Amino acid sequence: MVAIDIETEDGRREALRRMLTIRAFDSAASDLFADGEIPGFVHLYIGEEAVATGACAALEEQDYITSTHRGHGHCIAKGLDPTFMMAELYGKRDGYCNGKGGSMHIADVDAGMLGANGIVGAGPPLATGAALTAQLKGEDRIALAFFGDGAVAQGQVHEAINLAATWDLPAIFLVENNQFGEGTPVDEQHNVQALSETAEAYDIPGFSIDGMDVTAVYEAVGEARERAASGAGPTFIEAETYRFRGHFEGDQQPYREEEDVAVWRDRDPVESFKARLVERGELTDEEFEAMRESADEEIEEAVEYARDAADPAPEEAYDDMFATVVPEIEQFAARMRADGGAER
Amino acid sequence: MSTETGTSYDVDQTRTMTMREAIREAIREELARDDDVFLMGEDVGRFGGVLEVTAGLLDEFGDDRVRDTPISEAGFMGAGIGAAATGTRPVVEIMFSDFLGVCSEQVMNQMAKMRYMFGGKTEMPITVRTTEGGGMGAASQHSGTVHTWFAHFPGLLAVTPGTPAAAKGLLKSAIRSDDPVFFFENKMTYEQQGEVPVDEDFTLPLGEARVEREGDDVTVVASQRLVGESLDVAEDLAGDVSVEVIDVRSLYPLDTDTLVGSLEKTGRMVVADESPLSYGVHAEVMARMMENAFFSLDAPIQRVGVPDTHIPFSPALEGEVLPSADDVRTAVERIA
Repeated sequence: MVAIDIETEDGRREALRRMLTIRAFDSAASDLFADGEIPGFVHLYIGEEAVATGACAALEEQDYITSTHRGHGHCIAKGLDPTFMMAELYGKRDGYCNGKGGSMHIADVDAGMLGANGIVGAGPPLATGAALTAQLKGEDRIALAFFGDGAVAQGQVHEAINLAATWDLPAIFLVENNQFGEGTPVDEQHNVQALSETAEAYDIPGFSIDGMDVTAVYEAVGEARERAASGAGPTFIEAETYRFRGHFEGDQQPYREEEDVAVWRDRDPVESFKARLVERGELTDEEFEAMRESADEEIEEAVEYARDAADPAPEEAYDDMFATVVPEIEQFAARMRADGGAER
Repeated sequence: MSTETGTSYDVDQTRTMTMREAIREAIREELARDDDVFLMGEDVGRFGGVLEVTAGLLDEFGDDRVRDTPISEAGFMGAGIGAAATGTRPVVEIMFSDFLGVCSEQVMNQMAKMRYMFGGKTEMPITVRTTEGGGMGAASQHSGTVHTWFAHFPGLLAVTPGTPAAAKGLLKSAIRSDDPVFFFENKMTYEQQGEVPVDEDFTLPLGEARVEREGDDVTVVASQRLVGESLDVAEDLAGDVSVEVIDVRSLYPLDTDTLVGSLEKTGRMVVADESPLSYGVHAEVMARMMENAFFSLDAPIQRVGVPDTHIPFSPALEGEVLPSADDVRTAVERIA
């Protein structure tokens, strides 16, 4: 499900379908959060769909990604099932993390998705580690770290890139510059004009691309993957994109004007890609609407499933701490109960 | 807790070795046994480790398996975590435990939480080795004993061997464990000698304490360097006070049963651990004794540790704050 050949007409339609699925998922999440159905914090990917879709389309199924707190798009692009993602947003037992992770921590290691992450900049070191595994085992497998412009200010990101560069690890560092680190504009957080300039410090290729263009992302990541897999080491890519929603749902966004958002909305990655396909004669407006409806239906079904899914049992809060059981957890939990629990 | 074999060992087939040699041999054997195991850290390869624990391993296993890292604890600790989540068994050395603060984000929010937050859908088979303790005049940033932090933090296992045999058997189990294990070596014990089983399959279960010397009057629950010093005290006091010495070995999980069993026998206990006294290992052992053996107590439990200071540079000052055999003896005599 991950790799797409965007050079083909079918591939381009699939990429569009995937972007629409991400848009539908996060639009639904926005509404459900506003209605109070989803607990916690929700950070939406609307506006950035071309980055995850283009990047994951250029990866092979066995490749790894690390993600951010804004991870829904990465998950869907990597092939995770929106049904179990939605169940996780609801905190249900059938969610990807059995209700222990929520929106900010969806993961499926078997699918190569090493986790959305609540800590800005924490993913790149993990991707470096996954790339290290691939190198040690001689596997045809690379690791791509998605991280935001805010994370470029994080020390551990630079340590991770330096390590991967020094060891020629099969890694790709992909910055999603959505123009804001939480509520602060990117140019107030960094002194460089282009974030990709930081690649020079590691003597690895670094360039900036149009993150609103799914094919541009696909081509850049495709080249970077080839380089990584050949043993030539990591690549640093900055994809310029825009966050249509606030940092989190409910964010009043005092840091930007609606006119600025409108400029970027004109470059909507879904609408612009659709327009190109229509122009090429590969898609009709009717087909696009059908595609959009189908994506909406898929997400509506996911929401229905998540609503009806079972909550975890309270005692499941004590599961999954360790591969090997430690006596402490069960004993302490038991003693919290009215009967004082078992003897030691 | 562990499924590893060998809770005791046959002294007929042992070799005398130092703590340093026992640790090095455990790493060497596990590198040889399992291709997924690799070692990384600052100066672990060509240099052989600043305290020479890993000397010779680079020559034997090559620079794929024994990797010198840049000085970037957050970067390579994170890489170890990512590697562990994807099918390898990293052994990460943090040169001095004081440096663990540099990479605490990766430890606290990634290593410790990934398995739980992913609903159990990943293993985290990483071992972090680090050196603790004062006694070398290395001052506050190279002498700390921080194991309490990690024993306290949910999702991590914490091991503190007090003898070469414990070091070898526990480190092998740590490397084989699918959970993250912090392995705390007291740097003043590296020259300490002991009998170590020669069998390459010798391992010790994580989470078991060991009664190193039996006694009837006072139990001393000790860790790391203070195990040896407590045994010396027990020997000195023999005839006057019969001291039972337990090497606690594992701080998390903690072998409550063995400690309770001993307290039920002696009725008196000293807890000796080279870490700050407030909110630490001492407090946890005492709390569990209160919960489980309150009515066996014949005297207040005593604690021997660092009086909530950092470790100073001057030998005249360092000796003052570090817990010693004399401190253990004083504590034993106070309640005997």
